[in-house]
Amino acid sequence: MSISPDLLTFVFGRLTFEALPFHEPILVATFAVVALGGAGLLALLTYLKVWGYLWTEWLTTIDHKKIGVMYIIMAVIMLVRGFSDAIMMRLQQAMAFGDAQGYLPPEHYDQIFTAHGVIMIFFVAMPLITGLMNFVVPLQIGARDVAFPFLNNFSFWMTAGGAVLVMISLFIGEFAKTGWLAYPPLSGIAYSPGVGVDYYIWSLQIAGVGTLLSGVNLIATIVKMRAPGMTLMRMPIFTWTALCSNILIVASFPVLTATLVLLSLDRYVGTNFFTNDFGGSAMMYVNLIWIWGHPEVYILVLPAFGVFSEVTATFCGKRLFGYASMVYATVVITILSYLVWLHHFFTMGSGASVNSFFGITTMIISIPTGAKIFNWLFTMYRGRIRFEVPMLWTVSFMVTFTIGGMTGVLLAVPPADFVLHNSLFLIAHFHNVIIGGVVFGMFAGITYWFPKAFGFRLDPFWGKMSFWFWTVGFYFAFMPLYVLGLMGVTRRVNHFEDPSLQIWFVIAAFGAVLIAIGIASFLIQLFVSFRRREALKDVTGDPWNGRTLEWSTSSPPPAYNFALTPVVHDLDAWEDMKRRGYVRPTEGFIPIHMPKNTGAGVILAGVSVVIGFAMIWHIWWLAGLGFVSLLAIAIGHTFNYNRDFHIPADEVVRTEGRRTQLLAAGA
Amino acid sequence: MSTHTTITPGDADTPMFYLAEEHHPENGTLLGFWIYLMSDCLIFAVLFAMYGVLGRSYAAGPSGADLFDLTTVAINTAMLLFSSITYGFAMLEMEKGRQGPTLVWLVITGLFGLAFVGLELTEFAHLFHEGATPQRSAFLSSFFTLVATHGLHVSFGIVWLITLMVQVVQKGLIPENKRRLMCLSMFWHFLDVVWIGVFTFVYLMGSLR
Repeated sequence: MSISPDLLTFVFGRLTFEALPFHEPILVATFAVVALGGAGLLALLTYLKVWGYLWTEWLTTIDHKKIGVMYIIMAVIMLVRGFSDAIMMRLQQAMAFGDAQGYLPPEHYDQIFTAHGVIMIFFVAMPLITGLMNFVVPLQIGARDVAFPFLNNFSFWMTAGGAVLVMISLFIGEFAKTGWLAYPPLSGIAYSPGVGVDYYIWSLQIAGVGTLLSGVNLIATIVKMRAPGMTLMRMPIFTWTALCSNILIVASFPVLTATLVLLSLDRYVGTNFFTNDFGGSAMMYVNLIWIWGHPEVYILVLPAFGVFSEVTATFCGKRLFGYASMVYATVVITILSYLVWLHHFFTMGSGASVNSFFGITTMIISIPTGAKIFNWLFTMYRGRIRFEVPMLWTVSFMVTFTIGGMTGVLLAVPPADFVLHNSLFLIAHFHNVIIGGVVFGMFAGITYWFPKAFGFRLDPFWGKMSFWFWTVGFYFAFMPLYVLGLMGVTRRVNHFEDPSLQIWFVIAAFGAVLIAIGIASFLIQLFVSFRRREALKDVTGDPWNGRTLEWSTSSPPPAYNFALTPVVHDLDAWEDMKRRGYVRPTEGFIPIHMPKNTGAGVILAGVSVVIGFAMIWHIWWLAGLGFVSLLAIAIGHTFNYNRDFHIPADEVVRTEGRRTQLLAAGA
Repeated sequence: MSTHTTITPGDADTPMFYLAEEHHPENGTLLGFWIYLMSDCLIFAVLFAMYGVLGRSYAAGPSGADLFDLTTVAINTAMLLFSSITYGFAMLEMEKGRQGPTLVWLVITGLFGLAFVGLELTEFAHLFHEGATPQRSAFLSSFFTLVATHGLHVSFGIVWLITLMVQVVQKGLIPENKRRLMCLSMFWHFLDVVWIGVFTFVYLMGSLR
């Protein structure tokens, strides 16, 4: 061999052929499936000649509606990946008792539970809520787009870039074996010398840029771009929860960024922030990561609360009970979410006074949350309830979330937490609130707004199938974990000795299979609905007899959302318009000022992925080159001043004329 | 908001439900940039908190009192504070629409910024030379990270400043460029405020210990 090892190390860093997992049959099979599927998809796209269409209409789009849809597509794809991890864990734990070791060796099992947590929070739950907020908020406030349309596109691609890095880790190298928050010293270089933690760090950092910027964007949108007349207390409740959620994003994600930078410095430079020696403090990491992490769970659940509020009001045909109290409850939760982080590690040993303070603040959060539950119940009381699929999810949420909330209050009692800390009781609790709250909320939201995005409803039969399998599956999968947790079983264990525990794990695995059918039903629902789109078509733009502004425009809305900017006189603006005899304008249209598409976002995010990959594998020249190009492309983009255009008035007239005909034909 | 004047009351039963003319919401760039700055402020907050907790973990290595040379730091601080003043002059000229003097003040601001970064690098080289590297102790890890993060921000600000000067030369003081200069102005003054925190908590209080 004439190539010197030094040269190879310079060119490829620590990337070698050994990094490819040929010795892992599960991964090889997965890779084969992904590669075949990917090649098939690429071939299909080429055959259909849609590359140009995809580039101009989707990849480079700055339309908040399309970006929202792309976020949700990405989240659904990652949901399948994250759920595969979940069902592998359930299978392993149901099998591995006594002499049986199961099929997953510890180093693989550890990667799976880490990847499951990271993917489900960062690349499923976050894109779902960001996507829904992106799609709905500008429509609800009567705006043409978000405040910074290009930034929105860039944010999406950065989030997608993070997801790509996580997926690469499946086939090149390894993922972290540390648990989803990568506590040091385990995640430090001494105990995790491989690339797993680096994949974790760089995928979260790249996605984090996207999340933060989209938070800034949506706050500016909600504060500055509401339709005339929409005062803060006339904002739809989903927009309120989106505002609070984005404030939480901006006020917590920088903490995650900074904390991960410090961990990176420990790993790359050899600093001593979280090390055991030279004065470092690992507990500082745990504190900082939860100062981000606790607000994060409210980032996820607040928009879900918003969805349930919209759904309840719409399907009960009533104004939301206690709108003002709902707003105040949301704001109080926003503030309190910063005062509870220490309840994640009462066992740190910070003393009785500190633990009492954080225990009490944690319990206080249940008060505004309880107020919300009562508001939804009183909205339903004497309402004309239509049990459409979104409403079913909402009812299931109210029951499930309340159970999860109560076990949360149990965990908030420090002495009880000393017993339950790190047990499966905790796992059951947070899945109870995240599935029962966030996931059910997102399914309700997707079903509710789907006709707005695509002009036809989702098939209700498969929606109900998905709903029942998810709900029943959830209880089968997680109630056994409460029992196991109370018996003292800790989390993240891949083998058990005591055979009397096995039956509970088998029940939990059965629940996971039910959830799998629930997810499959959702995917079938998308397919069936697309096939039956003519039968499920909605030409009115208002299939549910909605109450907020998004239902006043066509489905799908035109690029400019509203031909003429609506004026708001009351809460539930569209209901007010319908009640007071609003007549849809058919003339007097004017040219509309809109932003232009740009490819800069997808290019910048692509370069960021390259930088991340190079940093993970210590390919310094590529990282440096990537950084310089990133800077150059970003600066180059600022020299483009020609960023907007006008949709001419006669095009608006044509678009609106088509809708007039459709409405007349439907009437 | 200017748009409120366009709402015609109509009669009580059938009010106007849409605007006849195009709605011009206020530009959100300055608000958005301000929110971004607050998020950046939180990054510094984390670094200050790290320094607050680990700032005395010397691991039997040198302390701030052993290392800091307050004269250099005082000169450095003066450079940065002067650069804020000169940026303010640039903004005053920009408001008057005078492109030449705006650019002159921006150049002076950039030179002060470069002097600041240069002095900081000299200080770092000196510390490295004495063996006080970021790896030596948790105190030095947090010191270098906090100060260098600020320095990186200033360096980035200089690159941005040069970019904007080129754009002002190319396009003149058009509204877009004025808005961009305003954003950089906020960024620049924000870094000054952060530096006052660094100067007080790290250097002054560190020298007292």
